[in-house]
Amino acid sequence: MIGIVDYRAGNLTSVARALNYLEEPCRISDDPGVLEQASHIIFPGVGAAGEAMANLKKSRLDQWIREWVQQGKPIMGICLGTQVIFEYSEENDTQCLGIIPGAVKRFPQNIRQNGEQLKIPHMGWNHVTFQKDHPVFRGLPEGSEFYFVHSYYPSPDDDKWIIGLTDYGQLFCSVVAHRNLVATQFHPEKSGRPGLQILINFCRWEGQDAE
Amino acid sequence: MLSKRIIPCLDVHDGKLTKGIKFKGNIDIGDPVDAAREYYEQGADEIVFYDITASSDGRDIMIDVVRRVAETIFIPFSVGGGIRTVEDMRRVIMAGAEKISINSEAVKNPPLISEGASAFGSQCIVLGMDVKKVEPNSKVPSGYEVVIHGGRVYTGIDALWWAKEGENLGAGEICLNSIDADGTQEGYELELTPLISTNVRIPVIASGGAGKPEHLVDVLTQGKADAALIASLVHYRYYTISQIKTYLHEHDVKTRMTW
Repeated sequence: MIGIVDYRAGNLTSVARALNYLEEPCRISDDPGVLEQASHIIFPGVGAAGEAMANLKKSRLDQWIREWVQQGKPIMGICLGTQVIFEYSEENDTQCLGIIPGAVKRFPQNIRQNGEQLKIPHMGWNHVTFQKDHPVFRGLPEGSEFYFVHSYYPSPDDDKWIIGLTDYGQLFCSVVAHRNLVATQFHPEKSGRPGLQILINFCRWEGQDAE
Repeated sequence: MLSKRIIPCLDVHDGKLTKGIKFKGNIDIGDPVDAAREYYEQGADEIVFYDITASSDGRDIMIDVVRRVAETIFIPFSVGGGIRTVEDMRRVIMAGAEKISINSEAVKNPPLISEGASAFGSQCIVLGMDVKKVEPNSKVPSGYEVVIHGGRVYTGIDALWWAKEGENLGAGEICLNSIDADGTQEGYELELTPLISTNVRIPVIASGGAGKPEHLVDVLTQGKADAALIASLVHYRYYTISQIKTYLHEHDVKTRMTW
């Protein structure tokens, strides 16, 4: 069973629908007792970092997620879930889970590409340039794009965490991975076939490192 | 670099497409779920459903359509038409839509934009705008006026002002429909679209007037649009979405080519 962490951060049913389509049993829950029975955890979310962390603390899921990661079991962050895995977010000046050393930063106001002012949020389909081979990101067709919607981006302290980079006026880290953890800034559940491929790969992954 | 999005728009009435859509083998498809699936397979980047149902029974049918679409296609889609309250939004979002589009209701009740944005996030709220060209005047200095009820009612609101106001209230995106260009198949409005798109920081979807793929090239380059809405161009099988995308790609418009 795949556990989907519910911390009142937007509509989590789209991840569950994608897993249903892939015939992967899943449960959405905010109860550590239920989530504990899962083989894999997906930590999704849309919304603001401040409220997300407040909700995680209230339901004591913050500590539970840290422990899950330490136990070496597979976990996947998506979008806001990815961002709160870091130490700190500029959004609402928020102390986050601190699982990955680094910060989440806002795209600069004057971000430009080819002389054109870029829109914020970064919304729509964009490429990911994978920096390393990783079991969760195998089998993706050349030229695959993924669906993003965000105004803040993760910035790990150490490049060793970076699995994928995306260009939006600047290169930013769009996929991180380390040991039993993978996390994407984009939404695999809304990225068509390549996104579904990532979800299948994750469900079949036992959490071993990329190396 | 971000791709420009191609978005087919499906009009739904009582759970059925208002005009049948012809696909391979000239088969007429009246089911919005089948049509959405077909466009998803052809490489649509997003899908817009516009519900023109008036009755409350029809609304329940639409919720069921949204649920069935969400179970079979895995790209974002939005639903517009008749959404008057945050509770209406919640039903559509919980059924699986990524975004909600509000148009006349936002003009009549602007706080609906901010209420929706604070409940679900700005990325969920698309401000739909129907716009007509008028003589510039003191109330409408840009020469583009917001109209409602399918263009029948003039509001006295300046389109440029309303776009900025919508952004300030928390809209995450604007779907900009030119009533003058709509249905002409002679191309998108290429003065209105860049006027709005360069004066807001949120993405703008251009709508109305697409008759051939070069019209999309025009609106996505000189028109400065972030996405283009299409309807009859694909509904009547003049082109498939993949043919349009290939044309865009050949004309140096960055678009998603792998799906």
